[in-house]
Amino acid sequence: MHPSMAEEEHSCSENLIGAKHQGSQAYIHLLAFSEKRRLGYFWMKRGRVNIAAKCQSFSPTQSRAKKQKTGQGVFTLQSYAQDWGNLPHHIVLHIFQYLSLVDRARASSVCRRWNEVFHIPELWRCFEFELNQPATSYLRSTHPDLIQQIIKRHAQHLQYVSFKVDSCTESAEAACNILSQLVNCTIKTLGLISTARPSFMDVSQSHFVSALTVVFVNSKSLSSIKIDDTPVDDPSLKVLVANNSDTLKLLKMSSCPHVSPAGILCVADQCHGLRELALNYHLLSDELLLALSSEKHVHLEHLRIDVVSENPGQTQFHSIKKSSWDALIRHSPQVNIVMYFFLYEEEFEPFFCEETPVTHLYFGRAVSKDMLGRIGLNCPRLVELVVCANGLEPLDEELIRIAERCKSLTAIGLGECEVTCSGFMEFVKMCGGRLSQLSIMEEVLIPDNSYSMEQIHSEVSKHLGRIWFPDMMPTW
Amino acid sequence: MPHRTLHLFRKGLRLHDNPTLLGEGGMRVGVLRWRFLLQSLQDLHARLRAVGSRLFVVRGSHRAVLGELVGRWGITQISFDSEMEPHHTALQRELGEMAEELGLSVYTRLSHTLYDLSRIIEANGGEPPLTYKKFLRVLSAIGEPEKPVRDITAEDFQRCNTPGEADCERYAVPSLCDLGLDGPDESQEEVLWPGGETQALQRLNKHLESQGWLENTKTQTVMNSLWPNTTGLSPYLSLGCLSVRTFYHTLGKVYAQAKNHSLPPVALQGQVLWREFFYTAASATQNFTRMEGNPICLQIHWYDDQDALEKWRTARTGFPWIDAIMTQLRQEGWIHHLSRHAVACFLTRGDLWISWEEGMKVFEEYLLDADYSINAGNWMWLSASAFFHQYNRIFCPVRFGRRTDPEGHYIRKYLPVLRSFPSRYIYEPWTAPEEVQLQAGCIIGKDYPLPMVCHAEVSERNLALMKEVRSSQENTTKLTRGQRFTILSLISINAN
Repeated sequence: MHPSMAEEEHSCSENLIGAKHQGSQAYIHLLAFSEKRRLGYFWMKRGRVNIAAKCQSFSPTQSRAKKQKTGQGVFTLQSYAQDWGNLPHHIVLHIFQYLSLVDRARASSVCRRWNEVFHIPELWRCFEFELNQPATSYLRSTHPDLIQQIIKRHAQHLQYVSFKVDSCTESAEAACNILSQLVNCTIKTLGLISTARPSFMDVSQSHFVSALTVVFVNSKSLSSIKIDDTPVDDPSLKVLVANNSDTLKLLKMSSCPHVSPAGILCVADQCHGLRELALNYHLLSDELLLALSSEKHVHLEHLRIDVVSENPGQTQFHSIKKSSWDALIRHSPQVNIVMYFFLYEEEFEPFFCEETPVTHLYFGRAVSKDMLGRIGLNCPRLVELVVCANGLEPLDEELIRIAERCKSLTAIGLGECEVTCSGFMEFVKMCGGRLSQLSIMEEVLIPDNSYSMEQIHSEVSKHLGRIWFPDMMPTW
Repeated sequence: MPHRTLHLFRKGLRLHDNPTLLGEGGMRVGVLRWRFLLQSLQDLHARLRAVGSRLFVVRGSHRAVLGELVGRWGITQISFDSEMEPHHTALQRELGEMAEELGLSVYTRLSHTLYDLSRIIEANGGEPPLTYKKFLRVLSAIGEPEKPVRDITAEDFQRCNTPGEADCERYAVPSLCDLGLDGPDESQEEVLWPGGETQALQRLNKHLESQGWLENTKTQTVMNSLWPNTTGLSPYLSLGCLSVRTFYHTLGKVYAQAKNHSLPPVALQGQVLWREFFYTAASATQNFTRMEGNPICLQIHWYDDQDALEKWRTARTGFPWIDAIMTQLRQEGWIHHLSRHAVACFLTRGDLWISWEEGMKVFEEYLLDADYSINAGNWMWLSASAFFHQYNRIFCPVRFGRRTDPEGHYIRKYLPVLRSFPSRYIYEPWTAPEEVQLQAGCIIGKDYPLPMVCHAEVSERNLALMKEVRSSQENTTKLTRGQRFTILSLISINAN
């Protein structure tokens, strides 16, 4: 659906009445703006553009029009035609902002004036390109004509842009093609989002990098960038930094295998306004934490670290010095440090051997009993803990220690691992009401001599001060 | 004013706690289920005889039958249970219309569920609770369900004149032969799940005696519960041979006496509460048993693979854990709920990516306790189409079985061809070296099929598909999803 660019000779009203579209109904009510210009109210139905001039001081002929009403609620408004077409731009603009892109596009083909408004830069600040192969995808796709329109007429207006692509390489490539054409733009926010598989990784690296650097170079005021699961590399980061160091606030680049610790360090060194950072563990270094804690740097708000096993049993994870973490916390006492672990049980050795200021922890594949024990000892700032991973022995002691030592813990989730009912009760008693979220899969809890499954429910509810149930799977 | 009432049995095939009908439903019914049903009818007939009445089994359309009997016997009132399921409510309406035409009064009461479901919906603000936790909270606000009504006795029937054709063979309970069905050989096999109210009540007592209500103790091991058990009650509950309210209140009372305190219902009554949950949701959700037009169900382009479906249905997937379960299902009509989870996940979101509606049809045919709303609700759950959203957790057809029954007893029982396989290989026999296969007398690929898919590959593909679905149908998932962790809502799409 794209705006027609045809020159209209017809009067506005004829187009209004003649406009016919399909689809479901969408209503917009617009009430009067100012006392002087009481517009009355109209609504647009996808199906017919209906106008009811309900209100008064619009024009001298309004009293006549009020009495005319066709069966379908469409007014013959010959006398109004000029007025509707001559609505001030800012009013039409305001109305358009309530409409979806599709409705706006249809409205834009009603008359020249409205078409002009459609192209006002204001309406093109935010755009999400949806690039999906219709044959295989569930997701909608932005029409190629519209994409062309945008590149031709609105590239310079775009400020908040995202690309959502499905699992197909073609979609990611299409995104890159668009990116390469966004010269003369002042983009502030850029997001590359793979909804399912990381399809940007299938694009040739040179193609991707050159497309991305077009935006990096031209925008000069990038503030927020999401490029997780892409083949971005160190040189592109250098370009980013060279052009946007003053404005960069957020950088999310988890699972970007072509970046090295030096590459990200460059960003931390130069971009002193960086508040949010997401990356993989292999990019984390003492130098990075120190750079983020330098005097010139703003407070860091959010640091997310993915710890992923590349080669099971063979990946060596380096450790980070306590002093580096300390420096970070001294500099940014409120920072959230979020860590996702997707490791095999044997790989947890290097972690949490010393005090670590992590606040949110998630275990997605395996969990090691020893390591959970160390978490109890060394993670005083822990707020949220989710264990969805297969452990082979009950985690009673470890949980109790976490209850003892992690005084800020307010949310915990357990699935696939095991805890005895007694151990769990002990844990709950110690945490008490501070647990605002307690999500335990029923099969995690193992009944024992002191507590059975039946009692857990009421006991826990008592200690939490609210009705509590474990997460249950239906018993058929 | 005394009535001559004709009571129509639909699902409540019992005399205990029966405040009001037998319907044929629109469901697929396999042979074992027919047998169960007919046995239940016979039992009902016997029990009615014992109190001075009898069961009339009349075949024909409702309209024709009623019309004839009303005239012949001078009926002035019909009674039946009110039902929530759509094909029953349609029938109910029809009966109501017929009653009006024939000048009959109608007497209906609720008896198939613990509560009046509309009350639950009302207490939840006019919508059915769509998460189990929410449902339980609503119930705790409503309070206990009504107690069962007293048993029907001979006195109740003293003033009733059963029509004089009382002994006419014409109205006897048909046999499987009469219905043109080939039943299992009665003389050979022990009937594991005999139908009827008598059996149901016996089992209830046994269930209570053996403290089966403590079945959640892990010490009993999950493995034992895979076997058909003599205190299992689900088929009786689903056909109404056992009243849910009787079950609920008896259990609660016994526990309170045994332990000197009473317990919150959820702990003991999980089985019937889940049933209630799905019934409630189904009663107020359009097209609950389908994907299309079902507002709470994710719209997924499942694969149309008849061949794969057939392999699953006939226990030839090449994964012993799955095949053993499907074999038990076919042979006995009952499988443990964990088994149901395993095969449902395998068919849908885990491996084959085939529609849950197909799976539901198969279960409907084979399961003795197939129940319209529950079957659909559970299938949607297990395919992560609704209610369940941790789609990252895919049951591995090898590991799940091995965790449940490490020595493979279950496999050996239901797949005798694999009996001699060492435990180490029995869950993935295709990995066994040739000598082992030869020694076990079973060559994989010849005597037992090779695995029909590579689990690691297909599950990864399916995860990607599921992510895409959820990305575009976020609003649907929200309807049946509870509270989320901050960390989980931050998680990268590709985390796994």
